[in-house]
Amino acid sequence: MNIQETNSLPGSALHGTQSNQDEVIIRVEDIHKTYQLGETHVHALRGVSLEIKRGEFVAIMGASGSGKSTFMNILGCLDKPSSGQYLLEGIDVSSLDKKQLAGIRNRKIGFVFQGFNLLARTTALENTELPTLYARVDKGERHQRAIDALKMVGLGDRIDHFPSQLSGGQQQRVAIARALVNRPSILLADEPTGNLDSRTSVEVMEIFQSLNEKGLTIILVTHEHDIAQFTKRNIVFRDGKIRRDDAIARRVHAAEVLKTMPVLED
Amino acid sequence: MDLLSTLRIAFRALARNKMRSVLTMLGIIIGVGAVIAMVGIGQGADQTVQRQIANLGSNMLFVSSGSRNLGGLRLGWGATKTLVREDVAAIVRECPAVAAAAPGTQTSAQVVYENDNWGTRITGSTPEYFDIRTWDFQSGASFIQDDVTTAANVAVIGDTVRKNLFATTDPVGKTIRIGNLPFKIVGVLVAKGQSPAMSEDQDDTIIVPLTTLQKKITGQPWLRFVMVSARSRSGSYAAQQQIESLLRDRHRIRAGEPDDFTVRNLADMADLASEASKVMTGLLASIAGVSLLVGGIGIMNIMLVSVTERTREIGVRMAIGATEGDVQQQFLIEAVVMSLIGGAVGIAVGVAASLLIAATAGWPILVSGTAVAGATAIAMAIGVFFGYYPAQKAARLDPIEALRYE
Repeated sequence: MNIQETNSLPGSALHGTQSNQDEVIIRVEDIHKTYQLGETHVHALRGVSLEIKRGEFVAIMGASGSGKSTFMNILGCLDKPSSGQYLLEGIDVSSLDKKQLAGIRNRKIGFVFQGFNLLARTTALENTELPTLYARVDKGERHQRAIDALKMVGLGDRIDHFPSQLSGGQQQRVAIARALVNRPSILLADEPTGNLDSRTSVEVMEIFQSLNEKGLTIILVTHEHDIAQFTKRNIVFRDGKIRRDDAIARRVHAAEVLKTMPVLED
Repeated sequence: MDLLSTLRIAFRALARNKMRSVLTMLGIIIGVGAVIAMVGIGQGADQTVQRQIANLGSNMLFVSSGSRNLGGLRLGWGATKTLVREDVAAIVRECPAVAAAAPGTQTSAQVVYENDNWGTRITGSTPEYFDIRTWDFQSGASFIQDDVTTAANVAVIGDTVRKNLFATTDPVGKTIRIGNLPFKIVGVLVAKGQSPAMSEDQDDTIIVPLTTLQKKITGQPWLRFVMVSARSRSGSYAAQQQIESLLRDRHRIRAGEPDDFTVRNLADMADLASEASKVMTGLLASIAGVSLLVGGIGIMNIMLVSVTERTREIGVRMAIGATEGDVQQQFLIEAVVMSLIGGAVGIAVGVAASLLIAATAGWPILVSGTAVAGATAIAMAIGVFFGYYPAQKAARLDPIEALRYE
């Protein structure tokens, strides 16, 4: 991890996150998650421990049922572990109540989903603003932050478009802008390229890579090896445990891949 | 989230399903409109009745001679002979709450003018009668005290009698026959219309001097009734008590024996009518209230549908930081906005209906501010009450499940 200090994000979106590059941002210790399904207990996670430092770009992989989604939900503070400890920026998240968890999701975590999950009939700008509404940011600043975030993903000229007027890739970029608008500590992306064609997928990965270059910690769930190759570290889940945890030796740069890909005109 | 943004989201959500929102609001519109119109109708009717009662006379009390028990033979009202002219003088003299009193007795007779005849009520009284009843003349004037003293053959006729006997000519100065006696008409009264308290045509009457009627027509020296006006409306109860005790005294009725007269108080009648119309208004308003309830259930139903439809949206909002409170507020505000818009339109409809009914029925226009304020409060309360459960349901959603919802 050699993020250069000079490569910080423009504007205000990520200020303050560059200090202390070796800081552990996520520490997970022996997490278990058990679901009760009727009579049977389902062990989704069976003792997961892991550390992620600030500025990492991690791909979490695994077959369905491997526990990777459950793990993502716990990382995203949407779910709580049955046992074990999860520290996000030193805060023991497992001890927080629902309202505090909502606050954590709002300010420290940015979500990007497979299905974009933008609000229909709501402009790109308003979709992007949404987290700032819940953070109770002043109106003027809300606007500025949303515009900055949209510019960061290259949609500065589409702020008044509705999701229905945008391509899949553009919608996902709005979703990324929305995830960035509250200057989160980590970005969680759940199959962010699952609904996109291959060129658009690489374009989205290019955005992630450039955000990561600027110091943002990104964790994405994917089952595509091609996509995982754009990250710096791959963690593979199987049967509720971490099976492999490898640093990527030869990371692929999305910008270079794009040059080799034909532009589809349709 | 701040209220303004929540309101904007609510309006947008409602605008997304315009037809559905309008239909849902319709229940509230009808309910609120009905409540306001019903209260307006009730109060309009009440005022009309009150006005009609006031029309009978100013602060009037009606003393009639009582029933009588003659060894098991019970005679009806006006059967006793104890009420006499001296009582009237005593009432005016000794009851401080009384402003004026007029004696009266009544019979019916056939009246003839040229080729026409008409059966009507003949009342014998004094000139005070017209003051007490606040009855004006359309032509001519009242007979005078001298006419009473001399038992003159003069008459004042009501508007119904004029219509039946005189059509177009001015009756003043003309002579009619009552029974076999000629009477000169000195005045014609303005029309008063139907009496609400006694349900009779007040204008179908002829008034002659009391003495003339007693001596020349009925031959009975006693009175059927005394009309009294109290000094004020609030004084009419005092007047009633003073008259009752005075007459018991004068008629030498011992304690425990029943009165040989009856005092009816117009204020009493007005209160009674008022009570009746209040009950009526309450009844109508509660029927209208039922449609408000149904409207509220409609809102709840649609909000539940809306929560289900927008499960995914709720999941997204929660994932990006909406608290349970934020989600609950959003749906609650949506329900309240819907019911308040419905309420506002309902008020407009209700007011319009009240005006229309008032114009058609010739009532005073009555749009009660209380009803409008009440309807607004009720609409708001309905939004909160029926929006609460769906909002709660939305807030309790598990974000993971909600995000996965298709």
